[in-house]
Amino acid sequence: MILLLEQLFNGLQLGVTLFLLASGLTLVFGIMGLINLSHGSLYMVGAYITATVTQYSGSFFIGLCAAIVTAAILGVIIEYLIMRHLYHRDHLYQVLATFGLILFFNESVQMIWGSQPLYINIPPSLDFTVKLFGQAGYPAYRLAIIALGIFILLILYLFIFYSKIGMLTRAGSSNREMVQALGVNINKLYTGIFAFGAVLSALAGGLAGPIYAVEIGMGESVLILAFVVIVIGGIGSIKGSFISALVIGIVDTLGRAYLPQFFKTFMSASDGAAVGGSLASIAIYLLMAVILVFKPKGLFTRL
Amino acid sequence: MKMRASQAMMLEVRHLSVCYGLSQILEDVALSVNKADIVTLLGRNGMGKTTTLKTIMGLARSHRGEIIFDNQRIDQLPSWKIAQMGIGYVPEGRQIFPNLTVRENLIATCRSELGQSWHEQEIYSLFPRLAERKHNMGAQLSGGEQQMLAIGRALMTNPKLLILDEATEGLAPLLRQEIWRCLEKLKSLNQSILIVDKNINDLLNIADLHFIIEKGQIVWQGDSDQLKKSKTVINKHLAI
Amino acid sequence: MISLNRSNCVIIVTFIALLALPPVLASIGESYYISIVTKILIYALVGVSLDLIIGQAGLVSFGHAAFFGMGAYVCGVLSHHGSNGLLVFYLFPGTSNALLTWPIAVIVCMLLGLLVGIISLRTAGVYFIMITLALAQMVYFLIISIPQYGGEDGLGLYGRNELAGVDLNDDTQFYYVCLLCLVFYLAGSIKLTRSSLGLIIKAAKFNQQRLVALGISPFKYQLLIFVFSAAGAGLAGALMANLTQYVSPDYLHWNLSGKFLIIVILGGIGSLFGGFYGALILLGLEEVLSSYTDHWHFVVGVILIIMVLTSRQGFYASITGKKT
Ligand SMILES: Nc1ncnc2c1ncn2[C@@H]1O[C@H](COP(=O)(O)OP(=O)(O)OP(=O)(O)O)[C@@H](O)[C@H]1O
Ligand SMILES: [Mg+2]
Repeated sequence: MILLLEQLFNGLQLGVTLFLLASGLTLVFGIMGLINLSHGSLYMVGAYITATVTQYSGSFFIGLCAAIVTAAILGVIIEYLIMRHLYHRDHLYQVLATFGLILFFNESVQMIWGSQPLYINIPPSLDFTVKLFGQAGYPAYRLAIIALGIFILLILYLFIFYSKIGMLTRAGSSNREMVQALGVNINKLYTGIFAFGAVLSALAGGLAGPIYAVEIGMGESVLILAFVVIVIGGIGSIKGSFISALVIGIVDTLGRAYLPQFFKTFMSASDGAAVGGSLASIAIYLLMAVILVFKPKGLFTRL
Repeated sequence: MKMRASQAMMLEVRHLSVCYGLSQILEDVALSVNKADIVTLLGRNGMGKTTTLKTIMGLARSHRGEIIFDNQRIDQLPSWKIAQMGIGYVPEGRQIFPNLTVRENLIATCRSELGQSWHEQEIYSLFPRLAERKHNMGAQLSGGEQQMLAIGRALMTNPKLLILDEATEGLAPLLRQEIWRCLEKLKSLNQSILIVDKNINDLLNIADLHFIIEKGQIVWQGDSDQLKKSKTVINKHLAI
Repeated sequence: MISLNRSNCVIIVTFIALLALPPVLASIGESYYISIVTKILIYALVGVSLDLIIGQAGLVSFGHAAFFGMGAYVCGVLSHHGSNGLLVFYLFPGTSNALLTWPIAVIVCMLLGLLVGIISLRTAGVYFIMITLALAQMVYFLIISIPQYGGEDGLGLYGRNELAGVDLNDDTQFYYVCLLCLVFYLAGSIKLTRSSLGLIIKAAKFNQQRLVALGISPFKYQLLIFVFSAAGAGLAGALMANLTQYVSPDYLHWNLSGKFLIIVILGGIGSLFGGFYGALILLGLEEVLSSYTDHWHFVVGVILIIMVLTSRQGFYASITGKKT
């Protein structure tokens, strides 16, 4: 029972990380109509910057801030130089250009940091365990990530539904020409949204640093998971992203933890582990396929 | 009428030509709007009225001619700059934001200048129906309410010139009256307005100057008295 | 009659050059290049198959490596068991007869294509891109989760398959076999696109609603072309397993799907033949760049970005003068 609870929390933590990634992706797609594969590269860059600055400054918090600032600057530059020329282009070209960006970032990171993975220690202030329901301990750091994720969801929600920029963002997603004809420089808005997505992605990467290894290409598999998240949640929907990110996080984590055991109950130990392991690794994709059969446009639509 | 010569020019369009691809839609169009005047652009379907307005707004590009607004050339500016200089646009088909509430539609793009300016409350007193539906989504409004919202939204940018494209299209007579009443109110506030509409009779009473466009060219211009007298003009260019 | 316009000339010259290549390389003592050109032919086969979906149906599949890799793995696993004598999934014996391994690889890929197609073709645009990507990723994880077949390390083979009358282990003979496969697949693709089915698919690309209004549902036609495309990629995978005598998870990796897209773009969308020129340019570029620097991916990335931003037409279009 306690183990299940622990796995559930692990799933939540993965879900929250995915949400940070998926929300930027889905905003950028929902508003600018841009499919951005290189979103995962900012996740990677965020993790690398966090690792390096944490090492030099001795403070994980400063490391994260550095990652956020870097991502914001990179986001503005990328949007200005590349993305804004892609908004009106066919998705195929968006895929290609942002694929090119991935190659660019992966090689740049390798040139700067080399190909050895980096490791970040859990910040000492969060390096303890918390008793869940008075029983076994659960790492405080992971709990902090979950809390932060929920906090960011709230901020995003308030921002999108109650700020003037949020209103313009929603307005722009339904009719960008009209927003401009009413006197709003939508390019600036787009740059801002793109940079904001980049910041969330880098933040996710920085936070993931102490849990997973910081290595080249780390953003790619998680990016594809984020795609699954937004396909299920409905492209453009923040609410959909949040719900489906949590579902994906939990299904994936629980699947890996329990499917092998489950198959072992009626198969030989090694076969059960193999079949269960295989099934666990594809569980979320199967989930996606099943959902798409019933809801080809995902669970939620629009902002 | 006698005053007009001394009044300042709000908008002036000269030698305007516009093409969509290979087909020329506007040719050598000229029109002007004086401060505090209501000016109409009349014409049958597909003659280029919307195109003229879109070009003024920077939503379509001219390949010849100039557009001068408030003593500055605007024909090469992006549409957001044109709007910021003080043109409020009420487009054909209303184009309100369906996923924003009525209130959000009004305040998302609002801008206030010093001096006399429109605020949310004043829009509600101009169109009380909008106040009742304040928290409804744009998509839930009736056609008339959407039209009022589109006008309110444009007024909230506190424009020097208001441009209306077919603001009464498809509205029931009562609702149409409400729009005209609003225009009269705006006129009394010295708002300059350029309006495209098909209800010529209603416009004869409130507008100062009329331009008639046919196949992309201005074929007639004159004030309401002149237009009332020349039945032939109406029959030739405007009768359906 | 084939008319001798510019594009046909280019194709004919290319074909003759490809036929003549092995003896020429042998005579100048550079036979090493044979296997590189063979790889180009194999990638060209994938390029053609992918261009069928992108160019004809207007759907961007970002999961073509799944079919390529699946073809390679099916062929590889069958051959693997053919040499170690164990049963495949405890069910049936393996074989290294190319007349069995290749068709089986193709059929399995067609079934996979059917499955992926049924799910993804219900959508379009960016959903289609993401779903094909996700399903390909699923195939990737599924296959690397099987430790018997090497997991993340891949599976080495004991030599190439056997084909009656041909020695596939001879690079030159294997080259001609690959060329033959490419030519046949190209011919099939061209026939397909010129058939009424091809016309319906093209019509669906421009106006799906109108077709539906005419009582034609493009779904089954799109599915058919998707399955045919999967077959081509699967065959290419089987050839690749033979070429390298090794099957690697890289063959399933989404990076490879990206490369296949680049090939189609470089060659020119919708030209089919362009698949070959795209593969030639990309692999040629890789070959040249990698001899100068380890960070050649960096250069490829930058070239790709610049290419998209300046939006050149495909290579095939620029040498044949044909608009695609
Ligand atoms: N985007 C476009 N591309 C090509 N031609 C267009 C486009 N928009 C409008 N046109 C053509 O330009 C001409 C003028 O159109 P416009 O919309 O300006 O007419 P209008 O006077 O506003 O008509 P209506 O009374 O129907 O609103 C029409 O013949 C129309 O077919
Ligand atoms: Mg019009």
